[in-house]
Amino acid sequence: MKRIYTLEDACIGCHLCEVGCITEHSLSKDPVKAFLHEPERPISRCTVEELHGGIISLSTTCRHCDEPDCLRACISGAIQKNADGIVRIDAEQCVGCWSCVMACPYGAIQRNLKKKKANKCDLCPDRQSPACVDACPNRALVYREGSQK
Amino acid sequence: MNYVIVGNSVAAVGAIRAIRERDQQGNITVISREKHNIYGRPLISYLLGGLINEKRMAYLPNDFYSQNRINLLLESEVVAVDTTAKKVKLAGGDAILYDKLLLATGGDPFIPPIEGMPDKDRIFTFTTWEDAAKLKGIAPDINRAVVIGGGLIGLKAAEGLNLLDKPVTVIELADRVLSSAFDRPAGKIVARKMRANGIDVITEDTVVRIEGDGAEISGVTLKSGDFISCDTVVVAIGVRPAATFLKGSDIEVNRGIVVDATMQTSNRDVYAAGDVAEADDFFSGQKNPMPIWPDAYIQGDIAGAAMAGEKKEYVGGLAMNSIEFFKVSTISMGVTNPRDPAEYEIHTYQDIQNYQYRKIVMQNDRLVGAVLVGNVDRAGIFSGLIREKVDMTPFRESLLTPDFGFLHLSREIRNSLFAPQGKVADNGRTEQAAGH
Repeated sequence: MKRIYTLEDACIGCHLCEVGCITEHSLSKDPVKAFLHEPERPISRCTVEELHGGIISLSTTCRHCDEPDCLRACISGAIQKNADGIVRIDAEQCVGCWSCVMACPYGAIQRNLKKKKANKCDLCPDRQSPACVDACPNRALVYREGSQK
Repeated sequence: MNYVIVGNSVAAVGAIRAIRERDQQGNITVISREKHNIYGRPLISYLLGGLINEKRMAYLPNDFYSQNRINLLLESEVVAVDTTAKKVKLAGGDAILYDKLLLATGGDPFIPPIEGMPDKDRIFTFTTWEDAAKLKGIAPDINRAVVIGGGLIGLKAAEGLNLLDKPVTVIELADRVLSSAFDRPAGKIVARKMRANGIDVITEDTVVRIEGDGAEISGVTLKSGDFISCDTVVVAIGVRPAATFLKGSDIEVNRGIVVDATMQTSNRDVYAAGDVAEADDFFSGQKNPMPIWPDAYIQGDIAGAAMAGEKKEYVGGLAMNSIEFFKVSTISMGVTNPRDPAEYEIHTYQDIQNYQYRKIVMQNDRLVGAVLVGNVDRAGIFSGLIREKVDMTPFRESLLTPDFGFLHLSREIRNSLFAPQGKVADNGRTEQAAGH
């Protein structure tokens, strides 16, 4: 399956991947409206880490694992793996127990504390390529056919 | 091939999927004592407390069984296994033949003999949907409940009753609640939160007698001599592997059903997985029952693969719990409270007032355990470091920083996790990106 990979040296720490992700998962799909006017701003499903004032940075996101630890830890069955390999969360079914947060070795599941729902990358089902990848100004994120490990 | 699976929880699901990945043709029969299709067992406290409805108890869509062509026998209890004739015997007298058998019967609540208990009506356990439904059914008539046991099950039962505005007292024999999963500070934070929400927590005491005339409960007398008035008692001392039906068989049962790394029991055609199994512990390699939801899935997956002819190996059970009490998140994993702390390197951060606590336990420069209370974000990074036995020497100073992440680790680790190298056909068009 196609996955998102990170080129650490190319990351400039601009967080535009997070902006792209939040925008894509907003109601309006407009960044200004998503950030300023929508009642509940989505939580980014990719996480940019920065160290030493941004000298090194890295965008991390879900690997859509072959044997997902999050799925195995999920107590409600909200996390399932689709036939196309995408690991998804059914927000209706999620009870916010954070077992997936405990289990994911990639730190790739976020807590939406307001909604009490877990939040993770869905590889942007409405797009040709994920919003984070398209938003990256230095092509530090690549979306390619590849393996998890 | 006839596959028979006894038990219908998450280990069974792991096994069914693993079998069907490898064998589309074989017959799979699933036998369960319970009347429900697979449900999220840990959700029973959510159901009791009214946080979710019955519909959300379903762990999978109902067509899971038909899609996987499962012959599902609900409300059927296996009373014996005949490994010579290769059949399981049901309570009604029927027998079912197997070629490969998986025992995934889970745990039975342990009920200690307590004076006055046998003739009382309102004594409950709390491990099944049925338990929760019964308790919820009589809830309108509960004036005060006592929960015996301050472990995960007891506290979740207490929380559920509290959400129904029922006064609850938890009685725990140890000096703190959650003594098996948590250390002292974490247990104290949880107890403090429970008390703040109106649940009485009594430690270092136990119920010695259940009082009352006839079937009715009027209260409990504690070892200390104290009397607590109540009309309902929930017994949540612990669970034991549900393996009594194997008495007299040649399947080795210690505390649980003893299995090797492929989940095979002492009989080559019989496997066990989940809470009933006694598999290798991740750290010690010793056999140890590990009643943990994710491990039950993993063991079921390994057993299913083995039953369908493919060998996968279990890396060992790692205790892990993520539980929320009154909106305080807690995650614990691995060694959290070593008996001989001198042999470990322990770092902690605490802000008890704000329900924040973090503890890191290392041994021989490897991370072996962690407790996170409050901010539990990205806790799984720790579980990955434990499983991969990463040498923490260069990173130990950063482990307690609130934004701990992959940048605190080596580039080599980050690349192995996130970089395209070695994972895609070429190196991911690196030439098109400008470096620093």
